[in-house]
Amino acid sequence: MHMQTILETKNLRVEFKAQSPSRGIKVAVKDLNLKVYAGEVFGFLGPNGAGKTTTMNVLLGFVNATSGSAFLFEVDVRQPIARQRIGYLPELTYYYKFLNAEELLRFYGRIFRVPSGDLDRRIDELLKLVELEHARKRPIKTYSKGMQQRVGLAQALINDPDLLILDEPTSGLDPIGRMKVREIIQRLKQLGKTVFFSSHELGEVETVCDRVAIINQGELKVEGRVSELVAKHNTNLENIFLNIIGYQPALAA
Amino acid sequence: MNTIFALSGVVIKELCRRKDFYVLFILTAVLTALMGFANFFHDDKIVRYLKEICLLLIWVSALVIAIGTTARQIPAERENRTIFPLLAKPVSRAQVVAGKFMGCWLACGLALIVFYIFFGVISGSREHYWPVLEWFQAFWLQWVMLAVVVAMVLLGSVVFAAPSSNGTICFIVVLGILLLGRYLNQIALREPEPLKTVVYGLYFMIPHLEWYDIRDFVIYDRNLIDWTSCGLATVYGAVYSAFLLFATWLVFRRKALNV
Repeated sequence: MHMQTILETKNLRVEFKAQSPSRGIKVAVKDLNLKVYAGEVFGFLGPNGAGKTTTMNVLLGFVNATSGSAFLFEVDVRQPIARQRIGYLPELTYYYKFLNAEELLRFYGRIFRVPSGDLDRRIDELLKLVELEHARKRPIKTYSKGMQQRVGLAQALINDPDLLILDEPTSGLDPIGRMKVREIIQRLKQLGKTVFFSSHELGEVETVCDRVAIINQGELKVEGRVSELVAKHNTNLENIFLNIIGYQPALAA
Repeated sequence: MNTIFALSGVVIKELCRRKDFYVLFILTAVLTALMGFANFFHDDKIVRYLKEICLLLIWVSALVIAIGTTARQIPAERENRTIFPLLAKPVSRAQVVAGKFMGCWLACGLALIVFYIFFGVISGSREHYWPVLEWFQAFWLQWVMLAVVVAMVLLGSVVFAAPSSNGTICFIVVLGILLLGRYLNQIALREPEPLKTVVYGLYFMIPHLEWYDIRDFVIYDRNLIDWTSCGLATVYGAVYSAFLLFATWLVFRRKALNV
């Protein structure tokens, strides 16, 4: 069966000039080849500094690739239109804090040219989904961290995206907040949406993801279905991850 | 255009929710009112001083609002990292520049309308004479001038690292043009070569913002400026603004977003 490719990178390479000239060039992503198919929940894993956020930054058009290419819905990511059908949730909440939740969602909705009547309905639905109806008129600067993360999720969904890119969506959330985010991801999966997300919560990844890719020092180390990786290595995803990145537990003295 | 108007709406909301405009308006109103109550030298034509002071305060306040609001727009987007969710939408950097410009310029226009209504009420109630078209010309030309200033500050905001340094430099440049711009050709005549060519070059290169200052026409109730001149001044301002915005985009499109 042919599955539509939603996200693809081809020999993607990103190099940065090191801050000190003597240190030369830092390769953040080394010839990365990835494919994410329609309807998948795809976990993008790696330790800090592995190149996950850089890869996401290329996909979102924030950073230009040194070589290789990246596509969303078969459109080159350098074209703004490639981002018409995606929703993005950054790791930390970065929103106009002088706006309230309703104004923020209206602003992003207008960017996506959501018709006015549909936008009102959509805003109501999303604020209900993320349980922020009671705070819709309050400035975002008065929100708790969890509330800000939830308004972030709402803005990522304002255009009813076919692909969601989530950068550590549960980072810094309490257990209830994490559970809610996980429920929302699972609900989106049931609706046939594609989710591409990075996370350090490997238990969570194992629960919600269909496939995962693990990168370390910019290189793709492993890619495959979670169930197949767990069966092949006969252990859980956390141990697979630690083995792949070469983690050596410190021996007790 | 939809994206540009959406972006400009956020800039206007920001100005409405900050205290800058209200403080400047109240200051202008209080100072003008205080001057209105005073009767210097038992001069019957005190209303002219009043108009002069009020217009000067409007010019200073408008420049502070335009430069202050514009200087922080793109640096604040980068510093607060709101630029990331924004550019993750189908928004190009050119649209960000255009939206910020439009927002700042419209915000300045709204502020100017409030200031000129206040000026009209003060002036008209004292003189019992309502030259609305003269006031409109003064408002319009000042607003066109602010378009050039906003575009200039926007360019500065992608060149200079800190909004404060950009604001200060732009304020000095704008004041320099307003006060000295018209005399540069006369200064050039007195200088030896190659300084003469340099100063002449500067005279033809700078946007002549002083052309938009028609306060004397309003104060001394002179006749209207002909509308063709107004139109040409508008085109001149639009061309300079477009050039400065193009330069802003050239710098911003290659700029790393991290700070």
